[in-house]
Amino acid sequence: MPTGELTTTTFLIASIIKIAVFLGALLTIVAYTVLLERKVVGRIQNRWGPSRVGPFGLLQPLADGLKFIFKEDLTPPYVHKFLYILAPMLTLTTALISVSLIPIGGWITIHGVHTPLQITDTNISLLIILGVTSIGVYGIALAGWSSNSKYSMMGALRASSQMVSYEVALGLSLVGVLILTGSFSLHDIVQHQQGWFWNWNIIKGGQFVAFFIYLMAAFAETNRIPFDLPEAESELVAGYHTEYSSMKFAMFFMAEYANMVTVACLASILFLGGYSGPLFGPDWLRGLLPVAYFMARIFVFLFLYIWVRGTLPRFRYDQLMAFSWKFLLPLSLANIVITGLIVALKAQYS
Amino acid sequence: MLHLVLFIIFGAICVAGAINLLAQKHPINSALSLVVVMGALAGVYLLLGAEFLAAIQVIVYAGAIMVLFVFVIMLLGAGEEEHTRGSKIALLFGIPGMLLLSVFTTWIALKSTPSAESVGIGSLPGTAQGIGRLLFGNFLLPFEITSVLILIAIMGAVVLARRES
Amino acid sequence: MIPLSYYLVLSAVLFACGVTGFLIKRNIITIFMSIELMLNGVNLSFVAFASFWHSLNGQVFVFFVMVVAAAEAAVGLAIIIAVFRTRETLNPDRVNLLKL
Repeated sequence: MPTGELTTTTFLIASIIKIAVFLGALLTIVAYTVLLERKVVGRIQNRWGPSRVGPFGLLQPLADGLKFIFKEDLTPPYVHKFLYILAPMLTLTTALISVSLIPIGGWITIHGVHTPLQITDTNISLLIILGVTSIGVYGIALAGWSSNSKYSMMGALRASSQMVSYEVALGLSLVGVLILTGSFSLHDIVQHQQGWFWNWNIIKGGQFVAFFIYLMAAFAETNRIPFDLPEAESELVAGYHTEYSSMKFAMFFMAEYANMVTVACLASILFLGGYSGPLFGPDWLRGLLPVAYFMARIFVFLFLYIWVRGTLPRFRYDQLMAFSWKFLLPLSLANIVITGLIVALKAQYS
Repeated sequence: MLHLVLFIIFGAICVAGAINLLAQKHPINSALSLVVVMGALAGVYLLLGAEFLAAIQVIVYAGAIMVLFVFVIMLLGAGEEEHTRGSKIALLFGIPGMLLLSVFTTWIALKSTPSAESVGIGSLPGTAQGIGRLLFGNFLLPFEITSVLILIAIMGAVVLARRES
Repeated sequence: MIPLSYYLVLSAVLFACGVTGFLIKRNIITIFMSIELMLNGVNLSFVAFASFWHSLNGQVFVFFVMVVAAAEAAVGLAIIIAVFRTRETLNPDRVNLLKL
């Protein structure tokens, strides 16, 4: 990987610009994913989604944002104040941190500065993302506990135990990809899948079972249908965010969609080749095309999330837990054993 | 210089979290202080170059074991702790005793290791490959035994916490 | 470049806080958390010495300590739940009769 001649100040300025661009892009994608969801679910249910605010309802996120800002921010008197305020901040922070490790493109050169389209890359990027997901459980558990209400408590306990159970399957499904690549760094994982689309991990690496497990586990981690019992409106009032209003509720809401985007990014990087695709044209086009390919993959995943939401019913809680521990866990272990066996045999006989 | 500043920041957070664990009356506050201690310790491990261990510390200790503690505190509805006669005696003798013990241990540690020897930032890169080679090479037997240990712990926890029906 | 003794002092302070918590706290869950604090202090010593002697064995040992701590936390918390179900209290001073 070329390093380029970066002085400290250039590196700092480039990093600050990248952070601003990535965060801005992520928050815009989150806002418009909400709109996309409402419109797609509306069409699945044979009605228009929001279509009044702006052409085709495109200014709806703006109206939603204004509503959240002007709504009364009510703090019930019997809550545990410090944890009540800390919980949504923790959830949103952990949801936003993962974007700092995602590569959305290759290396580009602007004004002679050669920099990767990624805020940072470490030797243990994938582990950091897993760790940040683990810390996100605290936001939900503390939100439910500090609200001092039985609906919140039940929702929080169910949500956190669901998240912890599916984290196991999530982590194990990634081990197959790691055996093939030999590195935790997301950049290396994408580089391993360069070439035409049959080089992707899902096809040439044979990780289609792992892809399926990852998708199931990710649906459960982000508390989306069919695994959204913790926040099911008809069963638990609103689950762990019953007692939250206005800006704090908006933070939970944004965190859920930011988690969806993170999962979509990770799935496309690990299994579908990241930003790889045919490059052609002048230099500036070669820099922008990987970003376009990556965005296309993210859009496909978000659409899949929304499509599943509009179509499937939700799991009961015991079915959900049995699915994780009795089906996904043995399947992911079998995937690890078979992948390791194949890699070892190939190394032996070649 | 930067090494010293970073170490002081993470070390101060560790010690503050540890003292807060002792000072708080409600167990949930103690649990959250312990999570902060573990996070800061992961930072100290990164300073020592143990990157894989730092990630594992966050994933396993702060993200799984402490979640278990927080669950149990929420489930049992633990309230603030009460003080009995024994606890006042323990406070009276325990805290000075522990201060004495820690000063004594520190003095022994500083005397026996050549304290002029320094450790650079990230001087021993503890990569996943290096640790993996050791785990599956020299330490294969302990590795397999600990996996059996975890299996026994899972079965034990399920049996112990089951409701008599 | 900072002296190794700084890391050892931090480890000793964490360990001492853990022992103090074990002695003075009257809630069984907090006592258990002090045990975890002691284990963390010891882990720090291991990693510091591994870095000092340029040998990864120390870090592998920390790995095993974490695994054992996880198993111990699971079983210990299950025992605490079982005790709470019968005695209705989390104060170890009150669990002082063999038969209710």
